[in-house]
Amino acid sequence: MIGTDTPALVVENIVKRFNVASEPWWRKLTRSKNETNGTNGLSRNVGQENGHNQNGGTNNGTPRAKRGKQIVTAVDHVSFEVERREIFGVLGPNGSGKSTLIRVLSTLLLPDEGTVTVFGLDVDKQSMQVKRLINRVSVDAAFFKKLSPKENLLYGARLYGVSGAEANIKAQEILKRLGLRENSYTEPMEEMSRGMQQKVAIARAFLTQPILLLLDEPTTGLDPRSKLEVQSFVRELRDVHDATILITTHDMYEADVLCDRIAILDDGKIVALGTPAELKQRANRNGHEPTLEDVFMQLTGKELVEKEDLSDFEPDKVLS
Amino acid sequence: MIQSIRLEMRQSYAFVARNFNLVKRYWGWEVVWLAYSIANSLSVTFIGAGAGEITGETQIDTDFLITYLLIGTLVWRFLASIFNNISEMIAWERWEGTIEYTFMAPVRRINQMLGQTIFAIVYSFLFTVIIGVVVAAFFDLDFSDADLVSATMILLVGSVSFVGIGVVASILPLLYPERGAQMTNIVQAFFLLVSGIYYPISVLPKWLQYLAKISPATYVLEGMRAALLPGTVDAAPTSFVWPLLLMGLIMLPLGMYLFQRAERYTKRTGKLKRNG
Ligand SMILES: Nc1ncnc2c1ncn2[C@@H]1O[C@H](COP(=O)(O)OP(=O)(O)OP(=O)(O)O)[C@@H](O)[C@H]1O
Ligand SMILES: [Mg+2]
Repeated sequence: MIGTDTPALVVENIVKRFNVASEPWWRKLTRSKNETNGTNGLSRNVGQENGHNQNGGTNNGTPRAKRGKQIVTAVDHVSFEVERREIFGVLGPNGSGKSTLIRVLSTLLLPDEGTVTVFGLDVDKQSMQVKRLINRVSVDAAFFKKLSPKENLLYGARLYGVSGAEANIKAQEILKRLGLRENSYTEPMEEMSRGMQQKVAIARAFLTQPILLLLDEPTTGLDPRSKLEVQSFVRELRDVHDATILITTHDMYEADVLCDRIAILDDGKIVALGTPAELKQRANRNGHEPTLEDVFMQLTGKELVEKEDLSDFEPDKVLS
Repeated sequence: MIQSIRLEMRQSYAFVARNFNLVKRYWGWEVVWLAYSIANSLSVTFIGAGAGEITGETQIDTDFLITYLLIGTLVWRFLASIFNNISEMIAWERWEGTIEYTFMAPVRRINQMLGQTIFAIVYSFLFTVIIGVVVAAFFDLDFSDADLVSATMILLVGSVSFVGIGVVASILPLLYPERGAQMTNIVQAFFLLVSGIYYPISVLPKWLQYLAKISPATYVLEGMRAALLPGTVDAAPTSFVWPLLLMGLIMLPLGMYLFQRAERYTKRTGKLKRNG
């Protein structure tokens, strides 16, 4: 069905914008003039409804925001390809668009522009086939809180056509490896710690044997041992089950050791893409071997820093 | 082929099993809800018992009135329960935060609805039977002339349109994350008012009578009374099956269509969820 030379994932020029509530007019009025030139971090990628360079209702093709709304471009013309059996990392500061990108890939958001194909299948037009091939773990381990891990996992697995009996055996195997106490398996989820819930969330995705696994900060909130266990699990999925993995994380070390290639997002745009070694080569050396963290610091959040510097600068104080 | 039918049945079953697990885990709440519903139905039925004293008339056939109201309250319990179960399908998942996982799974909406419908009918039927048995125990009623086969048929056919209406109502929590669930109560109140649950629709103002004509609950009620209270309605019970079948055939696909439109809208605007 799927040609062997098709890449696992092709992302072409994806744009995703959101309408978010803008500041009400009365607050704009009550603010002093020099403040209104946008000092909050958000306004950097926002097309103000009556902002500058908006003539004829467009800003380089950006649609005009509705009344009382402004447009946030969460993902801004992002393109990349992920090969089969690759572990591909997406790094970026908070709000840079990582989760939004993953939602587009997992059919939960429709992009405003661009296309995504998973093993040659279009995520919008052939979404049902794509859904069978993928699964996603996200930071918020959302479950039916009163149900036990067993009940939640069997429900999840059945949705993918896995029988209850099979899911039950596999779920216990996975959870045991991740170090979940056996008696928690049949107790309500709400009694578990966040990290434990996260492990069940990981099991939910692994159970369905996706060939493209989208991991949105899967290890956030896990203790060091569990983190390592998840990492070795991810590798095993790739090595044994031929899965392709796209992962976001705020742990630079994890990204370095786990990923074959990494894309760094800032403000919805890809600012760097390459193997960890390539990325590190680009960073300035301040007397030590550059780490991925150095790369991250150099490439992201520039605008934010510049704006903060500007707003800290108060001419009156300097004069007096 | 067989393989794929099995797979899809397993998906529908996932919803049935999940919902029964939820009932099991929230059993305390179920007991409270049952007690509330019994009290509610009883108090309506006692109006019938008190009719003579209220009006001072001695000629009133209170047994008849009690049965009339009992049928009304039980049918309403059943239909409202179907409606609630279906329309809350999205609200629940929003509340728990699982909606993204359900929508991401390779499940056709029709299979999801099928699972929810099977659960809703079984649950509502058991629920209504318990209320019926308890309430009937308070009175000395005679159902020997009742046509139970027709009654069951009408109830089942009627529930199909209510599933359709429930699917339409479940769109509200999809579109309005905060208040959508409460809005579905308004839909329910509308049907309670116009469908002649506790009174003949002829007492309603003309304009409400027009609305009564398009409410499937009206036909379920009339049909049930024709089957269980012989002599009250001129028509044969089965004559109410056709309008109900027709309404079901319209409401169900319409509900599915609107739901899919709404689902696409939420995926375009990012209303599904935005944590993480
Ligand atoms: N459903 C939504 N509706 C409106 N705005 C949204 C929605 N989802 C994301 N955004 C906005 O899009 C931008 C990118 O958010 P996103 O969640 O993708 O960031 P992120 O890189 O995952 O951040 P973090 O590291 O904190 O998880 C933010 O400005 C956010 O407010
Ligand atoms: Mg995120």
